Amino acid sequence: MSNAIKKIEGITKESTQEMIDKALEAYPEKGKKKRAPHLAPNDQASGSACVKSNRKTVPGVMSARGCAYAGAKGVVWGPIRDMVHVSHGPVGCGWYSWGTRRNLMSGITGVTNFAMQFTSDFQEKDIVYGGDKKLKTLLQEAKDLFPLAKGISVLSECPVGLIGDDINAVAKQSSTELDIPIIPCNCEGFRGVSQSLGHHISNDTIRDYIIETREFAEPIGPYDIALIGEYNIGGDAWSTKPLLEECGFNVKAVWTGDGEMEKIAATHQVKLNVIHCYRSMNYMCKVMEEKYGIPWIELNFFGPTKIRESLRKLAELFDDSIKEKVEAVIAKYDPIMQSVIEEYKPRLDGKKVMLYVGGLRPRHTINAYEDLGMSCVGSGYEFAHGDDYDRTSVEMPDATVVYDDVSELEFEQFADALKPDLIGSGIKEKYLFQKMGIPFRQMHSWDYSGPYHGYKGFPIFARDVDMAVNSPTWDLVKSPF
Amino acid sequence: MANNLGLAVKPVTETPEEEINRVAEWINTEDYKEKNFARTSLVINPAHACQPLGAELAAHGFEGTLPFVHGSQGCTSYFRSTYNRHFREPAPAASSSMTEDGAVFGGQNNLHEGLENAYTLYKPKMIAVFTSCMPEIIGDDLTAYLKNAKQKGCVPADFPTPYANTPSFNGCHVHGYDAMLLSILQTLTSGKQVEGRCTGKLNLIAGFDANTGNYREYKRMLEAFGIPYTFLADISETFDSPLDGHYKIYPGGTKLDDAADSINGKATVALGSYSTAKTFTWLKDNYSGKHVSMPMPFGIAKTDAFLMKLSELFGKPVPESLKAERGRAVDLLTDAHQYIHGKKFAVYGDPDYLLGYVSFLLEMGAKPVHILCSKGTKKLEKELQALLDASPYGKDGKIYINKDLWHMRSLLMTEPVDAMIGDTHGKFAARDAKIPLFRFGFPIFDRVNLHRVPLIGYQGVMNMVATICNKFIEITDETCDDQHFEMMR
Repeated sequence: MSNAIKKIEGITKESTQEMIDKALEAYPEKGKKKRAPHLAPNDQASGSACVKSNRKTVPGVMSARGCAYAGAKGVVWGPIRDMVHVSHGPVGCGWYSWGTRRNLMSGITGVTNFAMQFTSDFQEKDIVYGGDKKLKTLLQEAKDLFPLAKGISVLSECPVGLIGDDINAVAKQSSTELDIPIIPCNCEGFRGVSQSLGHHISNDTIRDYIIETREFAEPIGPYDIALIGEYNIGGDAWSTKPLLEECGFNVKAVWTGDGEMEKIAATHQVKLNVIHCYRSMNYMCKVMEEKYGIPWIELNFFGPTKIRESLRKLAELFDDSIKEKVEAVIAKYDPIMQSVIEEYKPRLDGKKVMLYVGGLRPRHTINAYEDLGMSCVGSGYEFAHGDDYDRTSVEMPDATVVYDDVSELEFEQFADALKPDLIGSGIKEKYLFQKMGIPFRQMHSWDYSGPYHGYKGFPIFARDVDMAVNSPTWDLVKSPF
Repeated sequence: MANNLGLAVKPVTETPEEEINRVAEWINTEDYKEKNFARTSLVINPAHACQPLGAELAAHGFEGTLPFVHGSQGCTSYFRSTYNRHFREPAPAASSSMTEDGAVFGGQNNLHEGLENAYTLYKPKMIAVFTSCMPEIIGDDLTAYLKNAKQKGCVPADFPTPYANTPSFNGCHVHGYDAMLLSILQTLTSGKQVEGRCTGKLNLIAGFDANTGNYREYKRMLEAFGIPYTFLADISETFDSPLDGHYKIYPGGTKLDDAADSINGKATVALGSYSTAKTFTWLKDNYSGKHVSMPMPFGIAKTDAFLMKLSELFGKPVPESLKAERGRAVDLLTDAHQYIHGKKFAVYGDPDYLLGYVSFLLEMGAKPVHILCSKGTKKLEKELQALLDASPYGKDGKIYINKDLWHMRSLLMTEPVDAMIGDTHGKFAARDAKIPLFRFGFPIFDRVNLHRVPLIGYQGVMNMVATICNKFIEITDETCDDQHFEMMR
């Protein structure tokens, strides 16, 4: 909690609370009561969450949240490149989550990577008679058509759990018969309150079915680590993994961006787990800590300040050779990053940004904006828990608004009141705010750009932020007549 | 032991290079195609989505209407994102956010609370309710739930709440569109039929069509005719609203009063018989005036038919401006035919669009070779076959019903074609086959502005011909050797 208290001119706890109260006026009584605890001014000094979180979405409020299936398929499983991921149930869920997260993959599609849409395409008869038989057949078909797949995940959609199919039994039987790991994941969309439970269920499934089923062929060395909660959005892992390697580490596995199943399965052998997205993967870090004694450390790869801090924090756990390498890496990249800052900061200094993303970036990116001279005047998460908000409070300026599972109307009103120069959020928010004339960047998908992680990512991030905020197109919004 | 599958612990392996190469070649072979076509249960890369997605599009087509998904909230986010990405526009929709307790106790409480919040917060003039999987499986009774909602005062008693059952395990997005549109029209027109009244207007239903340019084109044609009209489910403003610094949650849509009065119309034309089947069957028996169901006007012949039908229904000649436009379109077609004649095409997509593509290609002397619908019927197959049979350019055409884009990949690799027409999802197969993909379908996630470029009518023909021919010319320019890189093409 060494962060100095950050203040934003014109924003006080009172002004923020007033803005919140005004937004809540629109609600019916019950809705207001439910929403109120999710909106509050930040208390930076407290270092703890100022809002309630991980509660059921209030029906009818237009939430941006997804479901457990989305957390399982889109976030945890989907990026593992050498597995066939079957969306088990009707056609839609798999179709919507096909290629819409930007977790890039290496390999040859259909041969060594499977960035495709596999579904059992449930019909009425499958609902009536159950889908287990169909599942058994399709697993055989997948094995026959994709012989180099290292495994198959079966990701349940809503109907599967409701009609009482036993995908676990089918997976177990087919696994033996086909001699390939088949992982059943009961991640039906109605479970839990958001994507978050899907992450948790998927972590548990990795614990139960994957970890410890493989061992690295070569002996384990002192610098063997795993990179956890890095999903390779827009190629992020292709920035962070080489960076860690440059610092002297062997990154034995990435969970799960451009991920390989067998390496994930052997991760119980590494010396340290480095976690980026805490929200989606902390569960397995804790499991590996308890079960195999592997320590874990949270890092932040956004912006030079946090990268520097993170690398030094990491080096502290190792010997002098690593410490020297880390210092050399910082010395190498700092001037380059400084030149990026010098290019963009004059155009971005003093600009205000509001954030609303999933479970990590609403806190992790704040400092990257600050590196460019900007301030965060509001932030919140779709599916964070209390421990995420604890971690957020120290990053956000004092008294700025924190919103959990913000509704479209609340977000619109906050933006209207705070007049940010940029909003970083998702596709469902993007065009609403652009209609209001507010520059916007998608911060789930990097708006089809990226990477944003690491030293490779920051120049791209800075360029994109500048491009959004300072595009001359915004000057044309107001018509002269 | 962590390994619940009972498999032996093995070392991490690398797949040998030669094995990768072998499989990479194998997936392009006839042998693989046979295995691929032998699939009975696994669907890979389907070219269709689920019913509620289509229902949402219909709902967006009406004034002040909030689409409301009864089911898991994740569904809503998926539908909204799909339209956001395709149109690059907002797509407001609410959800009843059902969770586990809904599975046990039913979704009534969620629906009621959701309606009350949505009504209060977003001030809609109508809430169009449609379902995703969960309430369909547990058997939620929407009729009763909505009646109770009004009794409880979640929304006013006279507030329109049409609803459609749109289970994702039945049909696809075009059927959801149909079901929602039907319910909206039934709700709004209820008790509005007036004996002897005629609005004098045409009711036009575009079918499942996510091209705002097409809607504007229909309007332009009708205005050229001087035919007064009510466009039913008009998304043209909803998904193409001006950026002026103000967000409007409901920027467009058919006026509810006009929709209500549409039952007293002079004539109703429903385009796209596959995505308006139920709606048309109902309105045929309930709407005043004449009723016509016909294909979407893709290509010259289908546009001719559409205009002649309008002329017949309203007793007005086809206007000179449209006649001249037809002439200009045909002028382009003859100018450009040499770049497309005999070219082989793969096409896939929704039934109504497919009929349009095939008919258009045959008119141009191009050959539709692989024609694939991942959610089709025998009737569609027959209709497509009839189109092929009627043209000498159709004799190489083969129709694949209920096959997917992984089947299509096998077809492209074993029986190559020159180009493909479809939506963004075909880009991977097109890349593997090294052919261009013309994005005339839905959705388009990877190009800008195409949803504004009309494909129907004479203007649409011109757009399609220009896009296709210029691409082929560009390919020649990009791939020819220096000696053949010429000034003229």
